[in-house]
Amino acid sequence: MLKILKRALTIGVATSPYPASIPEPPEGLRGKPVIDFARCTACDTCAAACPTQAITVETENASVPGGPGAKHLSINYGHCIFCGECEAACPEAIHLTQEFELATARKSALTTRARFTVNREGIFILVGVEAQETSAGETLEDVGMQLREKVRQRLGRSLHIREVDAGSCNGCEVEISALNNPVHDIERFGIHFVASPRHADMLLVTGPVTRNMEIALRQTYEATPDPKLVVAVGACAIGGGIFGKSYASCGGVDTTVPVDVYIPGCPPRPEALLHGILLAIGRYPEKKKSTSMIDREV
Amino acid sequence: MNRTHDYIALLTESLGDRVTIREGTATNEVYLTLRQEALSVLPDTCALLTESLGAHFTTLVANDERTLNGRLSLYYVFSVPAKDLFVILQVPVDPRHMEVPSISPTLESANWFEREVKDGFGIIAFPNISPLASHPDWPEDVHPMLKDVDLKRPVPRVRGRFDFKHVEGEGVFEIPVGPVHAGIIEPGHFRFSVAGEPIINLDVQLFYTHKGTEKMAEGMDPQRAVFLAERVSGDSSFAHALAFCHALERLSGAEIPQRAVMIRTILLELERLYNHVGDVGAILLDVGYAVGAAAAAELKERLLHLNELLTGSRLLRSLAVFGGVRRDPEETASRRQMLRETLGQVERSFGDLVELVMSSSSVVDRLEGTGVLRRTDAERLGATGIVGRASGIDRDFRRDHPHCAYPYLQFTVASHDEGDVLARMQVRIDEVRQSFMMLEQMHHQHLGEAILAQRVEIPPLRQALGYVEGWRGDIVHWVMTDKSGNIFRWKVTDPSFRNWRALTVAVQNNIVPDFPVINKSFNLSYSGNDR
Repeated sequence: MLKILKRALTIGVATSPYPASIPEPPEGLRGKPVIDFARCTACDTCAAACPTQAITVETENASVPGGPGAKHLSINYGHCIFCGECEAACPEAIHLTQEFELATARKSALTTRARFTVNREGIFILVGVEAQETSAGETLEDVGMQLREKVRQRLGRSLHIREVDAGSCNGCEVEISALNNPVHDIERFGIHFVASPRHADMLLVTGPVTRNMEIALRQTYEATPDPKLVVAVGACAIGGGIFGKSYASCGGVDTTVPVDVYIPGCPPRPEALLHGILLAIGRYPEKKKSTSMIDREV
Repeated sequence: MNRTHDYIALLTESLGDRVTIREGTATNEVYLTLRQEALSVLPDTCALLTESLGAHFTTLVANDERTLNGRLSLYYVFSVPAKDLFVILQVPVDPRHMEVPSISPTLESANWFEREVKDGFGIIAFPNISPLASHPDWPEDVHPMLKDVDLKRPVPRVRGRFDFKHVEGEGVFEIPVGPVHAGIIEPGHFRFSVAGEPIINLDVQLFYTHKGTEKMAEGMDPQRAVFLAERVSGDSSFAHALAFCHALERLSGAEIPQRAVMIRTILLELERLYNHVGDVGAILLDVGYAVGAAAAAELKERLLHLNELLTGSRLLRSLAVFGGVRRDPEETASRRQMLRETLGQVERSFGDLVELVMSSSSVVDRLEGTGVLRRTDAERLGATGIVGRASGIDRDFRRDHPHCAYPYLQFTVASHDEGDVLARMQVRIDEVRQSFMMLEQMHHQHLGEAILAQRVEIPPLRQALGYVEGWRGDIVHWVMTDKSGNIFRWKVTDPSFRNWRALTVAVQNNIVPDFPVINKSFNLSYSGNDR
């Protein structure tokens, strides 16, 4: 007992200040890949290098004689496994940033699309980039506000989460478990992981939804009392990830149950998970720099 | 080389009348092909290999080779630790008569392998026919691993019920658990039969996380399939990816730069560290020792954070690649220093933690004598890795089938005889200490700059094993390339597949409330098992 007491007195605080302030991400962190479309020649190299078809190229009028008239290059962060193959294939125009807070309530916001047309020399010229975040007229904050209202009114400030592995590789579980460690300590927000869907306000779902988990996931969803939130964690849960759609995989959580928030990553690091969960309940602080935020939140 | 030849001579002498012998592409693989007329002595041949020739059953690979030679094949893979050899017994299967005699009656560790082959390929190992991978709503005549079954085509559901072993008698109850469990863990269904508190029988239904991973790789560029291998089991991302790369390198004869070999070894040990430290904490959590659990969780987080600092990925992803590694985690002086400092701190803190835990009789009492897996059962069921080593099976691929930089490192293989939860925790504690020692030996070794081999073509129609000792145990991959050098067949064997049955035996006669801690002490992968 005395040894334990001594430990407790000497060890100090291990908990990270996130999200009140964001700890400096490590230099090699592979976050959101960004394509500099101004330098892009629509050559397809990145799309060919991408193992999960997060980067795709569509060609318009491919059947017209004289070659393609236009190309669309899309990057979908929801499908991205952050491997860095695109950057290696095209260091001129693609760069993996350190941005990891990528969660969103709208799936379409995960895609950025650029249109290229071909000129007389056969070179593709950038026409425009549609970053979907702003195109639909509804901003992330709007969606966040709506959710915040919905959840705040009905669930209050304490959230209970049931984690459901719908066929993941266990990578996401490693990171979700890390939310319970003293460093990330999700309980400081009044958020608890519970043992039954009947006790839960939120389902945190990982995996591509395998054929063998499809029914179990649906039943778990039905067993969760309303109002409820569903958060899809990781590339598999968002769109099947590297496993896609097959005899064994449905290809994403929203094929089976409605999803409120998507958290990209393979797997998302704990801070990215916290970001997504807090976003879902409208508690992600808008001014990240305020260091007093944690105290107020708790 | 001599040892290999001696052993082949021995094989010829004992089995020459029923098999033809050829050497594999990789130098420590010997392929035996069973003659058609000798099919009835297959079980006897396997028994001879294990009982008289020092071989241990490792995995069973089925392969639909109809497009190549008009038949299917079964490959029974045995490890011969004393000779650093793999004996692979090939049994041709006629597509019009997809049946072979089961080897399970003499070699029980093959039981699940045979049943998985039946579900995947429709090859019956008579009379071992009950489904394993196929769930009851799966149509009986659909065998997804056959080449003529389309990966993308959905399979209709049929009506069916799980067939569990029923225990009847006064006061006997069944407790169904899962597939959605209470903790943050993977899905599987457990069916306990209990009389009061003690567990009489445990049946498991797995394959809830089956993602068709092996089939998906077929026809894929092997370099790309590495990303798939990384996602066989998330907590063994690097080990699986590396085992797969080893298979490719062995079948193509690629020479890996020394520096890359060293980095791979460092990464394997870093993966072992974070998992072992985390497991010690998880065991403590399940016996209610919150102080120790929190301390271990904090150490695990520090190790995961170190991984991210060194490599950009907490789970060591996107590092293994055919021919070497993508990044050097010790690239800069500051990273080298960070690695050394963090490991030093974690080593000290872990030492303090172990001392604290082992001096707490309330913890030790709960772990001692709980969930005993006896050596005879462990041997019989083919238990491997930390589970096997905690039950007195002194085998470790790092020593027995030297790979990576292990032949150049000094370490001892942890082994305990008690087979209880405490022994499984003790094996982990010992291995953590060995890992720190090995990492110290590997610290900043100057072995040249190259971390990637010269480009080597992956040859067509070759097959080879690739293996590593992951943190759970030996991970064995078998890869065969097609005519254009893409994947024809990829078989993944995670140690979990060989240990699940041992868990069901270890829990017998224990009380239900001890199940979580017993389960945690095994910490088997569902995804690695189900793929």
